[in-house]
Amino acid sequence: MTKQYALGIFDDEDVLLHAVENVRAAGVKIYDVFSPYPVHGIDDALGIERSRLPIAAFFFGLTGLSFALWMQIYMLGVDWPMIIGGKPHISLPAFVPVAFELTVFFTCHGMALTFFTITGLYPRFKVPVMDVRATDDKFVMAIELDETGSQYSRLTQLLRDNGASEVNQKEMTNN
Amino acid sequence: MATLTHHESATAEQLVVTDGARKTFFAIIAAGVLVLILGILAQVMGWGAEEHAAAAHAAGGHAAAGHAAAGHEEGSSVLLKRIIVSLWHSNVFFLGVSTIGTVFMAINYVAYAGWSVMIKRISEALSAWIIPGAVIMLVVFIVGRHDIFHWTHEGIMDKMINGKPNPGYDEIIAGKSGFLNLPFYLIRMVVYLAIWAFFSYKLRQLSLAEDQLGGTVWFHKSVNASALFLVLYAVTSSMSAWDWVMSVDTHWFSTMFGWYVFASWWVSGISAIALTAIFLKQAGYLRALSTNHLHDLGKLMFGFSIFWTYVWFAQFMLIWYANLPEEAVYFNQRLGGYEGRYTGMFYFNILINFVFPFLGLMTRDAKRQMIIMKIVCIAILIGHWSDFYLMFMPATLRGENGFLIEIGIAAIFLGAFLILFTRRLASASLVPVNHPFLDESIHHTT
Repeated sequence: MTKQYALGIFDDEDVLLHAVENVRAAGVKIYDVFSPYPVHGIDDALGIERSRLPIAAFFFGLTGLSFALWMQIYMLGVDWPMIIGGKPHISLPAFVPVAFELTVFFTCHGMALTFFTITGLYPRFKVPVMDVRATDDKFVMAIELDETGSQYSRLTQLLRDNGASEVNQKEMTNN
Repeated sequence: MATLTHHESATAEQLVVTDGARKTFFAIIAAGVLVLILGILAQVMGWGAEEHAAAAHAAGGHAAAGHAAAGHEEGSSVLLKRIIVSLWHSNVFFLGVSTIGTVFMAINYVAYAGWSVMIKRISEALSAWIIPGAVIMLVVFIVGRHDIFHWTHEGIMDKMINGKPNPGYDEIIAGKSGFLNLPFYLIRMVVYLAIWAFFSYKLRQLSLAEDQLGGTVWFHKSVNASALFLVLYAVTSSMSAWDWVMSVDTHWFSTMFGWYVFASWWVSGISAIALTAIFLKQAGYLRALSTNHLHDLGKLMFGFSIFWTYVWFAQFMLIWYANLPEEAVYFNQRLGGYEGRYTGMFYFNILINFVFPFLGLMTRDAKRQMIIMKIVCIAILIGHWSDFYLMFMPATLRGENGFLIEIGIAAIFLGAFLILFTRRLASASLVPVNHPFLDESIHHTT
């Protein structure tokens, strides 16, 4: 499905931040903002809700911890019991390092995979990019247009008034 | 909550220590004295004496207690011993926390950190206890060292006395005489304390001069002083931990010990700073302090509680796994030794210093709530005081430890500490108005 976007290109992050506030105040819904680096305060300005990723992280960690404990207890206590250092087969202090490492391993990999999946940053053949300069030195504000694209001229004016150095229209094919 | 808007600049804020606050501090001291007297009475009247006798007997014959019997021959009565050991215990804890104020500030200078400027004066004031703490430390060591340190006992390092074999001779301790001898120990103690006191004074003076005169020259001087201090502190904190804490267990040693003690001091110091910031904020000071600063302090407390656990466990696991008698004796004494009188505290230590802050401060919202932060800060401070209790008591008092005298003395220290701390807080603006990163701190977001 094809969608039309108005792209406001900004040279400066402060100008962008104020523009975001003003554009939203004018009642326009911003689709997204693209920047070469994380801009402080942009989440609040865009009114983005806090991510629920930490909750996912907690459960990934819990999974890792349970897996590590199960694995060690099963392997060393049930499947192939061995006496190591004269300790009982199932001795928790010996399992702590592995449990810790696997908790961290599951948490970080789970978080990274979840993040890439949800934000659509996973690898694919055709990558939708609004404006390649957003990976270099420009800040891009994208506003979704309706099918006719009738608001474009009004938006151009609004973006220019708020410090955009140029405004483009772009058609994107979403998958 | 009143916070500054974008374009308003921070102005000097003067803390006024109210009479009510001062009364509270004296009340803490009075309560401490009361508990102390109660504890002394309990000891003298022999309340719970049967238990003591049984435990002492058990310790004497206990294989795990190792050298327990040797230490009993010399030294003061149990009462005096308990008082001296508690003085040393609380002083090591409060002196360490006090020094962390300067360490925290120095790290922030060296890192060119901006966010912490808002709480810089709190960490400066925390170090007000270094000088009194140093004096107490020297006095307690000179007066009561025999009750704390096994290696100071007369003749313990002499193989022969008047041509006859010395029955009190301890070969292992004699082997450590190159490091653990009185003159060298005293020189080291004075050097550590002098370094800490000097740099806390120096950074404070630079900071006050900056308030008066402005300009960035003070900042750069502070960065240089901080860098030097951190190098020296890295060495002295570790060595002071061997000297003041580890050498009470003279036979025993652990290469993790310096980090272990530092981790304990460090997380307590950060909790003390956070707790003070919250109290000041709730009293209407530090207008520009926001939940973002609190959030960052919470992250540090959370992270360093895990760090403490990491170090604690690294020490525990290797000793547990290798199970060498000379090393394992440390945990034998604390886990099940002396009729199991330290076992409860051993597990309490892990619960309050790891499990509670770990689960309590895990979510973002918890770190941004003053009430939760307050509870966790207090828990961490109590927890690490108990951690030091566990380092000292089994080694010095063995089966004769108690709580009333120890808590009483800790409360007296706390009251005195708070009086000096708030006096220094009130002696300058709570906001370092000419700090070059002040604006960054005001606009800090996480």
